Parts: sequence; structure tokens; C-alpha cells
Amino acid sequence: MGAEIGPSNIEAAFLLEALKKGTRVDGRGIYDYRTLKISCGPTYGLAEVQLGQTRVLARVSCEVTRPFPDRPTEGIVLFNTELSSMAGFGLDSSRSSTQEVAISRMVERVIKQSRAIDAEALCILAGEKVWTVRIDVHFLDHGGNLIDAASIAAIAALRHFRRPDVTVDGEEAIIHDVRERNPVPLSIHHTPICVTFGFFGSAGDMLVLDPTLLEEQVQVSSFTITLNSHREICALNKAGGIPLSPDQIQRCTQVALAKVDEVNEKIQLALKASTA
Amino acid sequence: MASVKIVLPGDIIDTRREEEDTAQQEPNVEDEATVIRLGPGLVQSSESVSAVTAGVLHSNSETNRWWVAGNKRRYVAAVGEPVVGVVVARHGEGYRVDIGSAHDALLPQLAFEGATKRNKPNLAVGTVVYGRVVVANSVMDPEIECFNSNTGKSEGYGELSEGFMFKCSLGLARRLIDTKAPVLAALGNGVPFEVAVGVNGRVWVNAESVATTILVANAIRNSEYLDAKQCRQMVKELLEKQ
Repeated sequence: MGAEIGPSNIEAAFLLEALKKGTRVDGRGIYDYRTLKISCGPTYGLAEVQLGQTRVLARVSCEVTRPFPDRPTEGIVLFNTELSSMAGFGLDSSRSSTQEVAISRMVERVIKQSRAIDAEALCILAGEKVWTVRIDVHFLDHGGNLIDAASIAAIAALRHFRRPDVTVDGEEAIIHDVRERNPVPLSIHHTPICVTFGFFGSAGDMLVLDPTLLEEQVQVSSFTITLNSHREICALNKAGGIPLSPDQIQRCTQVALAKVDEVNEKIQLALKASTA
Repeated sequence: MASVKIVLPGDIIDTRREEEDTAQQEPNVEDEATVIRLGPGLVQSSESVSAVTAGVLHSNSETNRWWVAGNKRRYVAAVGEPVVGVVVARHGEGYRVDIGSAHDALLPQLAFEGATKRNKPNLAVGTVVYGRVVVANSVMDPEIECFNSNTGKSEGYGELSEGFMFKCSLGLARRLIDTKAPVLAALGNGVPFEVAVGVNGRVWVNAESVATTILVANAIRNSEYLDAKQCRQMVKELLEKQ
């Protein structure tokens, strides 16, 4: 009931048997992503990502606040995730599970620590007023690989977002209503995208890209690599599981590079479609 | 029924209007005391009948059965329905089985074909079973059995030891239980396979090879929003690709 229900024995056995033959239970190849659909809008800063059955909605909003005293010239970026029981059976919305914390920390790290958002550009008056950008990520359906879907949704929403324009006159800042003056996009340096792999078998010798919920439950280890379109690695994440060899990580990186370009293209198309 | 009637939870269903229509056509029917049988999605509250789920209202004027065909993902157990469940715990007297409903179902150890106190099946946690709901009400945990308690025969129920199980919507599962389901018929013409459909939205399939099992599972999953003709086309394409 409340507890996480693992996969049944035949599901796990069948999945491993299929993988040994190089096929996956949903008919994909091992390096195939599920169908990825990104839609932005209708309002600024709203992006919905569908990755197979997984659905994630990201919402970006902003408000004017006082900066942290130790960083008077930097805006604040807040990140929040909601993994409710709507997303899947056995998920409890009243307390955040370790899984949710892991996902939320990873995506937050990817967006904030890779300095994808120019925090200094969010400053209005040093030490007085800065923009606080808030990213809310809602998981609507849990079909596996929430990290990738959440990272794509978050960055797409950030790139889609427009904040009200501001003019600074000496010590006075005027925030223009969006009806009065066209809102301006955030300054985004790059587009980090997570690509997750799942490893199977006692030595982790079988790997798949974009694991589904069932694959996530059976896998012995997972590995997330975050890259941007400049082929720079922004983050690596491997929490627990069996150790991986440098060769495997090398191979993952090569696969991820190709995938990141595809995803980037899709984000561009979605952004273009929403403005057209 | 000529037109499709959509009902929402709380809607009062007028079961009489339809009878009047038929009564006008056949005047003999009107003196018969009509007993209305309510199926899934409908409940009686004092004098009236109201819907408890959203969906399309169906009725059979011959048997006077009324039911609502909706599409949900959360299963609500009902007596007599076949379900596919996963054993989640073992107790002294039986097993606790997850059938996707709000509460786990009980499966007594003796509810199998030929089971006696000495000789009873030993199922591990994680085993998939095909059973039938025998107890389903609002105040007790549901109970299932893996045989027909009247005849003592398994009638196809029991442990599902090989193959693959996947989840689908409850609406699709109900359509699959119909032996004339187009996707199953189309697949059956192309490849041999076994299938066990639980109306709780879980389908078990088994075929000779892993690839065929995957093909069958995917065809069934893809058939959700396809009509009979599209189903045949989709299955044909999948079989050609193999």
C-alpha cells in the first residue's frame, strides 16, 4: 500500500533476459530515448515535458526581494520540486522522500552550480533590490527517469521565461508593467541537460539510456551526466550502486554528447513554436 | 441507446425513462415488475440511482443492466472480476497481494486448485498470480482466490511463472477481456501467445521468445486509442518489422 512496491519477479527476470539479448521491454534499443515532447507556454516560463509516460511541468516566476547580505549584487534562484501521489502509486506527498530529495538536489545543482543563470544580471540595486527567480517543478506522472525530464523542463522554462523590464534612475528603480514595456528574457549562459544511464547485471556490464520506472527498480546502478551544447560537462552524479569502470563512463559520455544535441534542438523548436 | 450519455459522479440516473420508451413499443412489458441490475460505477441511494464514476452510461434493455464504462487508473475491486496481482507479503494463513486497489487483497493459502492443509503452494514475495475477487466491500480488505470454489478447478487461475506483466489503463483492460478484442484477434492470427488480462489494469503475456512477448505487449499497449481497423494495421506493421 503505502510502501514502495517493487517489480514482480517475472518482470525483473524478463527484463534481464531481454537485455541479455540486447532488447528492452518497451521495444527500444539500449541507446534510445523515449519520445520526448516539449511544450512551452501559453504564459511565460511554463514548460511541460513528456518523456514517454513521464510528465513534468516546470513553472518559473519572479519577484523583487532583498539580496543576501553576503552577496549584495546577486539575484536569488530558488528551486522547488513536488513529487506527489498523483505521479505514481506509493508516493507520499506529505513528506519528501529520499528519491525526491535526490532528484531535486541534482537538478538544482545542474541549474545553479553550473551557473546557467547569470545571477548578477538579476540585480536591480546592489544590496537593496534583486530579482528572486523561483523554479517550481511538478512531477505529473512517474514513468521513470525523472531527473532528465525535470532538467529539460526546468531549463526550457527558464529560457522561455520573461521578467518585467526595469529602469534604474540613480537610487530609484522603476519596474515596468508587462503591458507597458515588453518583458525581457533572463540571461542564460548555457543549457545544461542531464542524461541518465541505468546499469544491469552483477558487474553492471549492461547499460541502457533513459531507464523506465521498471528499469530503475531493477537496475544495480545509475549514472547521470550533465552536458551543455558546448560539449562541457556540468555535473556528474552517481549515488550508490556498484562501481563503474572508466571505460563505461567514457562510453556514456560519448552517447550523452549525441543525445544532448538532439534534446537541445527540441528545446529550440519548442521555444520557437511558442513565440510564433 | 441511440446517443452516448456521459455521466459524472453524483449524477442521478433516470433508469425509468428508457423503460417507458420500450414500454411504448411493447405494451406487454409494463406489468412485469422490473428489477434493475447495477454494474460498475453506479450505486443506489434510497430511491434513486446515482453515478460514482465518470464515464459513458451503458444499459442493456433485455437484462435491465446498467453500468458506467469509464477509464481510470486506480482499480476498485468488485466481486467476480479477474485480477492480476503481485504477492507482497506472506502470512500464516495466506498471502497479501497487491492488486492495484487502495488496499491489498488477501489470498488464502487454500484458495488454490487441489490445495490441502498439508499440500499447499509456496509462493515467494514478488510472485505474480491470476485470481478472481471473491470479497469486495467498503469495510473489508478485498479477498481473491485462484480457483473456482464451486468446482475446485483452477479454470486458468493460479501462479503466472513466466512471461511478462505490464500495466495499462482500466478501460483498455476491460476491452481486452472481451474475446473479440480486435488487437488480440489480430495478434493471434500472426503469432501464438498466452495472455491473462486482469481488469485491475495489469496484463500478463507469454510467448515463445522474448522478442515476441515484447511485440505482443507493445501491440496491446499501443491499441488503447485505436479502432479495430487501425489495430489490425498496427499489428501487421509490427509483425512485418520483426
